[in-house]
Amino acid sequence: MKRRALWALLTLVACVASAADFDYHLQAQAVAPSVAVFVGQREDFDTRNGGNIVNTGFIAAPQGLIVIDSGPSLRYGQQMRAAMRALSPQAIALVINTHHHPDHFLGNQAFADAPLAALPATAQGIASEGNAFAENLFRLSGDWLKGTEVRVPQGSLQAGEQVIAGRALRLLALDGHTDADLAVYDHASGVLFAGDLVFHDRAPTTPHADLAHWLAALDQLEAITREPGFRVLVPGHGLPARDAGPIRQTRAWLLWLQERLQTAARNGLDMNEVLRQPLPAEFARMPLAASEYRRSVAHLYPAIEAASLAQGGVQQ
Amino acid sequence: MKRQMKRLFPLALLAMLNLSPTPALAAADPLDSARWGEMQKQFFAGQRLRFAAQVRVTAPAMAENPMQVPVTVDASELAKNGLAVEEVVVFADFNPIVEVLRFYPQAVRPELGFRVKLQQSTPVRAAARTSDGVWHVGGAWVNTVGGGCTAPSANAASKDWQARLNHVIGRQWASGENAGRLRLRIDHPMDTGLVAGTPAFHLEEITVSTRDGQPLMRILPHEPVAENPVFTIQRNQVSGPVIVSGRDNNGNRFQAEIAP
Repeated sequence: MKRRALWALLTLVACVASAADFDYHLQAQAVAPSVAVFVGQREDFDTRNGGNIVNTGFIAAPQGLIVIDSGPSLRYGQQMRAAMRALSPQAIALVINTHHHPDHFLGNQAFADAPLAALPATAQGIASEGNAFAENLFRLSGDWLKGTEVRVPQGSLQAGEQVIAGRALRLLALDGHTDADLAVYDHASGVLFAGDLVFHDRAPTTPHADLAHWLAALDQLEAITREPGFRVLVPGHGLPARDAGPIRQTRAWLLWLQERLQTAARNGLDMNEVLRQPLPAEFARMPLAASEYRRSVAHLYPAIEAASLAQGGVQQ
Repeated sequence: MKRQMKRLFPLALLAMLNLSPTPALAAADPLDSARWGEMQKQFFAGQRLRFAAQVRVTAPAMAENPMQVPVTVDASELAKNGLAVEEVVVFADFNPIVEVLRFYPQAVRPELGFRVKLQQSTPVRAAARTSDGVWHVGGAWVNTVGGGCTAPSANAASKDWQARLNHVIGRQWASGENAGRLRLRIDHPMDTGLVAGTPAFHLEEITVSTRDGQPLMRILPHEPVAENPVFTIQRNQVSGPVIVSGRDNNGNRFQAEIAP
């Protein structure tokens, strides 16, 4: 009994210490030879996870490391960099931001000496909305973000087959989760970094979503998983997978969400009535399903409702 | 006799509770807001009021978008007691502009759905005045990250908002689970005047009536009503088209007919 109490105390001390020194405990998971992922929690931003709810990763290319997304804070970027250094002596060849959401680019500052690139619309989004996102994340995750400042990517990425740092990559300029969502397919390893177009066992977020575009983007990603060289799918949130399961899961959620909101609008429901509708059984247990549903109604219902009301017979 | 007493007693008690509201309300604010005293002075000075669960205010406890917080006010429980609801005022204690809107249900249920801009977490309240002159106050707390009143309207940057100003879209539902429902959306920036360089510019009056002139509902929106206001109104039954007309505080008028 005494011993158990002691263990409990020690565990408590350990937890308090880890929060106090703001250690994300980043562990690189090798998903293929020379490709690794830092897998985040399937949670929303809070003061315990410090914003580590996102997947970041890197490819060890012949001429240096290609970093895909930099995490939610300066501290995360620094710790990610230290974890990579422990695994590889190579310099950073390029840091890529897949899209303009804060958990994917607020670690940029830790890579100030490396080239940093994104799709043009992503760079514009970071420039115009980055500070507001950072403030919001500071509010949600507190001192984990201390010292974090927005660094806008200067380099502009284009879609297509390219060789970066000696590695053949296919860059896909897609959209739907945001106005610009970059997916990266690494031919040598068969790893597809899907960014936030794909969520795995975690409800998708929709603050800047266009559902029709997102669904079209998922079809393009799924086509890659049918190529003979494909090995691993890395979603923006949730565990990496060896098949297209997370793509199908994300698609199922989006299709359901679209159908739910369109039906509600057609039946004349007010937003509060849509919010009250229960989740179907297939999604009810998915982490963050209830909160993401509520957020998605706020993000998406006004436009869907307006499209439906516009079909009514009105003479001005 | 005894039986009758038994039946009458709760009624009498209810009547005492219901009909003894005083200008100086003794009951504690169920929403425990530090601003309630101010609200009472501003909206109900010298008038009779009571807190009433029958005035239902539905709003999300945590609002995702402070620019578009859905609020549904339903005072139809009061009407079931034989009291007609003549006026409803909606306000948010902690908003920089407190009053959200007033509505006057005429030949429709005392019920209105709309969306508001909130600057910070606040109670959102609806007070319904019944034909006996008593105000019945309901409400709900809404938590939000805020900033809804001092952010520019989403369409401020778009070029075509002027062309669509006061444009009405809407539908009526004659059958189905929402039979009798009317929903409409009016294009308007609803500027609060709290954004530097943008004066207050908002819809001020909206009337809904049948084509033969029978008034159904009058709404007096204020600045905190969300951009491009959407209203949900419950007609007792859909019979024929409705005419929606109104104006904003710059004198721009509109009129539209929504088919059944």
